[in-house]
Amino acid sequence: MEAVVFFVAAAIVLAGALGVIISRNPVHAALSLVMTLFGVAVLFINLEAYFLAVVQVIVYAGAIVVLFLFVIMLVGVDKAEDVRAEPIVRQREFALLAGAGLLALAVIIGVAAGGEITGRAPGDLDIVRAFEDVDDIDGDGITDETIPPSQVLTDESSGERVVTRPNSDNIHQLGDALFTDYVFAFEITAILLTIAVVGAVVLARRPSGDLQDLPEFDPPGVLRVEPDPDDEVATDIDEEDLSAAEQDASVEAEEATEDATDAEATS
Amino acid sequence: MILALVITPGYYLALGALLFIMGAVGLLVRRNPLVMFMCVELMLNAVNLSFVAFGEAMGDLGGQVSVFFVLVVAAAEVVIGLAIVVAIMRRRPNVNADDLSVLRG
Repeated sequence: MEAVVFFVAAAIVLAGALGVIISRNPVHAALSLVMTLFGVAVLFINLEAYFLAVVQVIVYAGAIVVLFLFVIMLVGVDKAEDVRAEPIVRQREFALLAGAGLLALAVIIGVAAGGEITGRAPGDLDIVRAFEDVDDIDGDGITDETIPPSQVLTDESSGERVVTRPNSDNIHQLGDALFTDYVFAFEITAILLTIAVVGAVVLARRPSGDLQDLPEFDPPGVLRVEPDPDDEVATDIDEEDLSAAEQDASVEAEEATEDATDAEATS
Repeated sequence: MILALVITPGYYLALGALLFIMGAVGLLVRRNPLVMFMCVELMLNAVNLSFVAFGEAMGDLGGQVSVFFVLVVAAAEVVIGLAIVVAIMRRRPNVNADDLSVLRG
């Protein structure tokens, strides 16, 4: 059963990842990303990381992808990417070459490890067997689960092993670890999130006054004409907008500049 | 046949490696900053998967705690990155990553 779940979820994950990197429309890429994230959540459940599976769905699929979609809609880039534009010569070929190199590296590591990629040093396997729950010592009816050695107490006199798990489900264990061993990292995380929120607000705030052109933004080779300060409104918009803007200017100068900014931003 | 197959942590690590490679290739191939961010998310997820698989193999909860912190950092990274994208796109719609050379010395 675990194998079936694994292979179905793996297929979903890889199909979603392929969708992210080949779909030209960013919205489709974001939806493919949701597919991948759900697949990873299923794999987390398969690995008995239930809390992370839930957090994966809520934070990634629920918050991060929605944020992506908001930004796509906000800045209006939901158009297909021009695949013919190639500012860096042969970038795609080199990227695929690098990917092939990484794949070869992964295969070599897999072969060198002889299919036993577990992060253990060779000869370390008997330690794991020592706390494998072969005779159901915790009395939950499951005899092939793995119990961390820190939870197994061995009685010195009788040699009997007892499992001590005050809060034995995944969320309790994770909470215990987070607020004891990792509490400093947890508090640093709080500071990180505060900085991120403040930074995002500062960055996304519309600056007061006119937006100034960044000269470096112009593609090279385009002749740049310095605009006449009086004529600034008329550069990109047609006659109707111009007259409207001038009318506004006669009423209130500040409003006109704002219109011009908006017109420039939308054009 | 497939029902009898035992899924060892190696399977998860292989899947994580594949996912990471796909994310890396996407990051190099695509030029839309938003899609590049999504590819970074793919790579982070690949690493998360490896963390959980290792944690399961070692019987240690540290892997899952690491994933928790990676999630938080990924969220902060996306928030800041998308704010920068919005600030840039407001000046110049449909910009691609190669045009963003303002900071070049």
